[in-house]
Amino acid sequence: MTLCAVESQLASGETARPGQAFFWLVSLLFSSLIWFTTATLIGNKDEPREKYLLIFGVLISVLIQEMFRFAYYKLLKKASEGLKTINPYEKAPSMRLLAYVSGLGFGIMSGVFSFVNTLSDSLGPGTVGIHGDPPQFFLYSAFMTLVITLLHVFWGIVFFDGCEKKKWYTLLVVLLSHLLVSALTLISPHYGLNLVLAYIIMVLMGVWAFFVSGGSCRSLKLCLLCQDKDFLLFNQRAR
Amino acid sequence: MLTFMASDSEEEVCDERTSLMSAESPTPRSCQDGRQGLEDGESAAQWRSQESEEDHEEEDPDRYVCSGVPGRPPGLEEELTLKYGAKHVIMLFVPVTLCMIVVVATIKSVRFYTEKNGQLIYTPFSEDTPSVGQRLLNSVLNTLIMISVIVTMTIFLVVLYKYRCYKFIHGWLIMSSLMLLFLFTYIYLGEVLKTYNVAMDYPTLFLTVWNFGAVGMVCIHWKGPLVLQQAYLIMISALMALVFIKYLPEWSAWVILGAISVYDLVAVLCPKGPLRMLVETAQERNEPIFPALIYSSAMVWTVGMAKLDPSSQGALQLPYDPEMGGVKLGLGDFIFYSVLVGKAAATGSGDWNTTLACFVAILIGLCLTLLLLAVFKKALPALPISITFGLIFYFSTDNLVRPFMDTLASHQLYI
Repeated sequence: MTLCAVESQLASGETARPGQAFFWLVSLLFSSLIWFTTATLIGNKDEPREKYLLIFGVLISVLIQEMFRFAYYKLLKKASEGLKTINPYEKAPSMRLLAYVSGLGFGIMSGVFSFVNTLSDSLGPGTVGIHGDPPQFFLYSAFMTLVITLLHVFWGIVFFDGCEKKKWYTLLVVLLSHLLVSALTLISPHYGLNLVLAYIIMVLMGVWAFFVSGGSCRSLKLCLLCQDKDFLLFNQRAR
Repeated sequence: MLTFMASDSEEEVCDERTSLMSAESPTPRSCQDGRQGLEDGESAAQWRSQESEEDHEEEDPDRYVCSGVPGRPPGLEEELTLKYGAKHVIMLFVPVTLCMIVVVATIKSVRFYTEKNGQLIYTPFSEDTPSVGQRLLNSVLNTLIMISVIVTMTIFLVVLYKYRCYKFIHGWLIMSSLMLLFLFTYIYLGEVLKTYNVAMDYPTLFLTVWNFGAVGMVCIHWKGPLVLQQAYLIMISALMALVFIKYLPEWSAWVILGAISVYDLVAVLCPKGPLRMLVETAQERNEPIFPALIYSSAMVWTVGMAKLDPSSQGALQLPYDPEMGGVKLGLGDFIFYSVLVGKAAATGSGDWNTTLACFVAILIGLCLTLLLLAVFKKALPALPISITFGLIFYFSTDNLVRPFMDTLASHQLYI
């Protein structure tokens, strides 16, 4: 019964989001630990070494994040199955909903951690770019955070779907695109290119996630033209 | 003020409202948690879900047997427990989050609460010593004194309760909430007005504080709308947490948090623990224990009664639902969660990541504790898991994650 209780709580959509946020936090903790220990072991303080160490840290962090996403998927799967055995008649939250919520949890946590310090600094007195750095720093950070958050949501949906249907290449694609987006930020002074590429990847991922969740061109057209019978407005009148 | 805090406690014994309700309906027992006062052991806050008690008492033998037999499909009781487990999580997330938000917002804006301005008499050893070892020793000694004060107060309270000195306890609680609602609010309001440089004349101030305090006393100790009572409980928890954050020295605060979760565990779960004895005595006497200073997410229901009680308020607007119990969390838990997050906000070198990490850790700990509650169905200590997670995340985020994120941010890398 202990196990059933665990599973029911996790399977319920409401607790999935903070659960995934927690998992992201733990993944960040592990990656910082690895970075920190590597930095202490190597010990050298010169500039290029630090940069390489940082790149290494970023790569490790992306890997660990995806690993934790997978771990969370396994946990949710087990919870759903457990809930089904207790109560076969009650409708458990669908895996798609859980995928969306968990992606959102990941994205929110990642976004907040990247951006909140910048936000709090932006309130304080100061001039952006006074030493010759680009003055659009805050705008860039904001847009980048947005794209990362949305990407996490789409990655979550695509990832979970890939795991459900046992299409393992999906996981690889998610991992590679995550690495790509993070690596793009390495060319950081060239904001324009970086942002545009990230947004293109996000749109592609979004389209993929849309089709994966069961959308289609037809349903999109119906929704946009408010002719979709299953959509909210129609529900009120029909039933 | 400092000496008065010695007798400050947050308990309340049966007030008029609950005695009225329990007098009308002998069978249901509002599941109350034994909550201890701040200085006398509020650390050992426990709570249980209402439906579990109702289920044990009111379910017919069949169902009871059903759920106890392995291999059988679980009875209604189990399903409901699991179904409402997640609901309870949300019902508690909101007030705990609100309390933490109030505390963090105050810490970040009002300078008064982060200034060092003396210490409580319970933590007499100063931490301004040159050597690390001496500082550690002082903080451990401070913790020992604080915890022994709390233990003494708890035992005193249990003794009073056992010998039915209700009037004494009641008077004690009224004095302590008077102090919180008037004096601490006045100080808080003064500091906030100073920070934002708002001029307020004394008559207006008097009127404001008087109204706030009087309505608070009525809501907490007598009857009032549930939402207002919950709001007042959140506010007094936040005020108390702010006082702790201001007056506890740095290292002592962390050691005290750790020690209090251990004490909570011991006091609630050990057979001879004071809080467990308190709960058991209350159960024997069929009385609600200290209802008014426990945060409850739903009104007390009269199980099995279809009639509406005209003297109770607020809850009657909701449809009667026997399974929809509420979860009760002691105010000490609110206070210590907020102390942890507030300290993280105050000392985390202006870093928001640490505060957020502690916040998420505490919420997840609360989730897990609620889970255990759904499984074990008895009063459980709410502090240990959350505080442990909070402490682990505070120290690891401050020392490991912060340099990593700072370096990433300075190079504008995103992970």
